[in-house]
Amino acid sequence: MIQEFRKIWKPCVIGLLWFLVLLWPMTGINSDGTLEFAKPFEIWLVVVAAAIVVMLLYSANKGGTLDGLYAPLIKLQKVISQKTAVLPNFVLIAVAVGFALLYPVIFTSRPSHDLAINVLIYISLGLGLNIVIGLAGMLDLGYIAFYGVGAYCYALLNIHFGMSFWVSLPFAAVFAAIAGCIIGYPTLRMRGDYLAIVTLAFGEIVRLILNNWMSLTNGPNGILGIARPGIFYPAFDGGLAIEHIYIRKLYMLYYVALLIAFITMICVYRLNYSRIGRAWEAIREDETAAELMGVNTFLLKLLAYAMGAVFAGLAGAFFASRMKFVSPESFTFLESAMVLCMVVLGGMASIPGIILGSAALVVMQEWFREFETYRMLVFGGCMVLMMLFRPAGLIPAKRMGRRSEEED
Amino acid sequence: MAASPILEINNVHASYGNIKALKGISLKVMEGEIVSIIGANGAGKSTALMCICGIVPVSEGDVRYQGASILQTAAEKLPIMGLCQVPEGRRIFPRLSVKENLILGAFYRRDNDEIDNDIERVFSYFPVLKERFDQHGGTLSGGEQQMLAIGRALMSRPKLLLLDEPSLGLAPMIVQRIFEIIEEVNKKDGVTVLLVEQNANLALQSSVRGYVLETGSVTMEDDAELLLNNQEIRKAYLGE
Ligand SMILES: Nc1ncnc2c1ncn2[C@@H]1O[C@H](COP(=O)(O)OP(=O)(O)OP(=O)(O)O)[C@@H](O)[C@H]1O
Ligand SMILES: [Mg+2]
Repeated sequence: MIQEFRKIWKPCVIGLLWFLVLLWPMTGINSDGTLEFAKPFEIWLVVVAAAIVVMLLYSANKGGTLDGLYAPLIKLQKVISQKTAVLPNFVLIAVAVGFALLYPVIFTSRPSHDLAINVLIYISLGLGLNIVIGLAGMLDLGYIAFYGVGAYCYALLNIHFGMSFWVSLPFAAVFAAIAGCIIGYPTLRMRGDYLAIVTLAFGEIVRLILNNWMSLTNGPNGILGIARPGIFYPAFDGGLAIEHIYIRKLYMLYYVALLIAFITMICVYRLNYSRIGRAWEAIREDETAAELMGVNTFLLKLLAYAMGAVFAGLAGAFFASRMKFVSPESFTFLESAMVLCMVVLGGMASIPGIILGSAALVVMQEWFREFETYRMLVFGGCMVLMMLFRPAGLIPAKRMGRRSEEED
Repeated sequence: MAASPILEINNVHASYGNIKALKGISLKVMEGEIVSIIGANGAGKSTALMCICGIVPVSEGDVRYQGASILQTAAEKLPIMGLCQVPEGRRIFPRLSVKENLILGAFYRRDNDEIDNDIERVFSYFPVLKERFDQHGGTLSGGEQQMLAIGRALMSRPKLLLLDEPSLGLAPMIVQRIFEIIEEVNKKDGVTVLLVEQNANLALQSSVRGYVLETGSVTMEDDAELLLNNQEIRKAYLGE
């Protein structure tokens, strides 16, 4: 144990000192400009104490002192993993689907429904962005623009033409896809850093258009009074009639969100394992080689943008109908960055990974509200930790495998 | 056997910005032949192959395949016409499995049964790939990757195969084996081969004819045997 401790204490001390340097500017400067030294130091001492405990536990674990404590746990884990390994995949999926369907029954509070709806929206966004980034390998930092296009598309169709949610949905998808092609087309020759910067700019352009085209979008004030999705249901008051109502109950909206997320998952899954999906991956790996093998890289990259945008468009239309209000503020770069984080932290090109990643980040953001001012600090810290311990994402894609930088 | 030219390059020029990489090269490959292009580093050999495949634009001159110009043909259409390249440095898809790499070689084809047969055929040429078919391409050794790159190109059922330095960085034993397979593919399947090589000795021994490329121009062309016995060539490219 002592030996193990000797090995790790140096990097830990350096890490803690570095953390202090980082912590002070983040917590030691008050909003009125005065400086504070005691508070960051207090926080730091807490972290140091925690680090020492973790270091001791770590070295005790490595040195074998804790083996006696662990043994039963490891045994239990083995038994569980053996038991679950026998279960075929579809059982796991069935359990997940069952849970998703019963969620509003299990959790009945409004906040829990709100949270779940958010998770589902971000799952659609994450899976859509995954087509562009995870499969086709194009870094897109303006993805949220398509979400905005979908949302405004439904908002405008509903306000001006009275079109219902379900009728508008395909329009939102098509408009988002067209926006995807328009943004995708000029960027097709670019790679890597350049592509990232240009997509970032396009995302901002879309937001600025929404912000400034007063006559169409009502600018920063947004559009109010968008209708909720309607549903038809049979009514039995003296004979059978079909009635149409607008959804008011939150749990009904949850099911609409679930439907959209399911559609996205199924489509993305099918795409993932299709000829097109394989061609996208070839483009990601080596564009010239893909072209030499007969892959039409131009068309397929455009298609990746369009398909990615479609799912953002669907999610956007739902978002508009749920909030009954849209404004350009919802489509800032921060949102793009958040969706990107979900894809990367969850596991690029991995569908279960992205689902888990989206859920984790949305839930984390919610939990960390308690930290108030430090919310983003804690949130960022968690993301760093996740990346440290699972560099290929929470559930790495089987086909992607370990990244080379992971191998030691 | 040389019936008609399957590939004909007439006075092709190409440049990267200000750098003139090809200054009017002409060459001809007859059906069923193995032809090699040799030349020093930077002579423009890879550029010539990329021009044929439509990746690098041709600024002047013409490339004719099976009697018709392919300058206007999109790069991705060429495998359908039976023209496929194994690019320099292999360029397999590292994070796709060996099998997926092979399937991508047959991207334009839709005959799944035949594709499975062809995969088996590639495995019969390169048995080591069969052992690794589930492994990521990037985790193969250099030699195995070269085999995969050749196998991937064969999956498109080429009529004309362009090979760019298949011996790059490989042990002599493996180079020998790869050249044997190239000859086998040429004889058994009737695939015409245009070979770019640094290993002039081996390349010329397998070829019918050879071209010598120097700083963007063809400086010599002859039967491979005559080139092999040429004093200048022996000095410049065979290290004597
Ligand atoms: N993408 C590029 N941009 C600019 N110049 C290039 C590019 N590719 C090649 N060149 C230049 O074109 C010339 C010919 O290059 P090419 O790759 O065709 O040579 P090569 O004969 O294949 O050499 P090697 O035997 O080393 O592979 C070289 O001078 C090279 O510097
Ligand atoms: Mg070369």
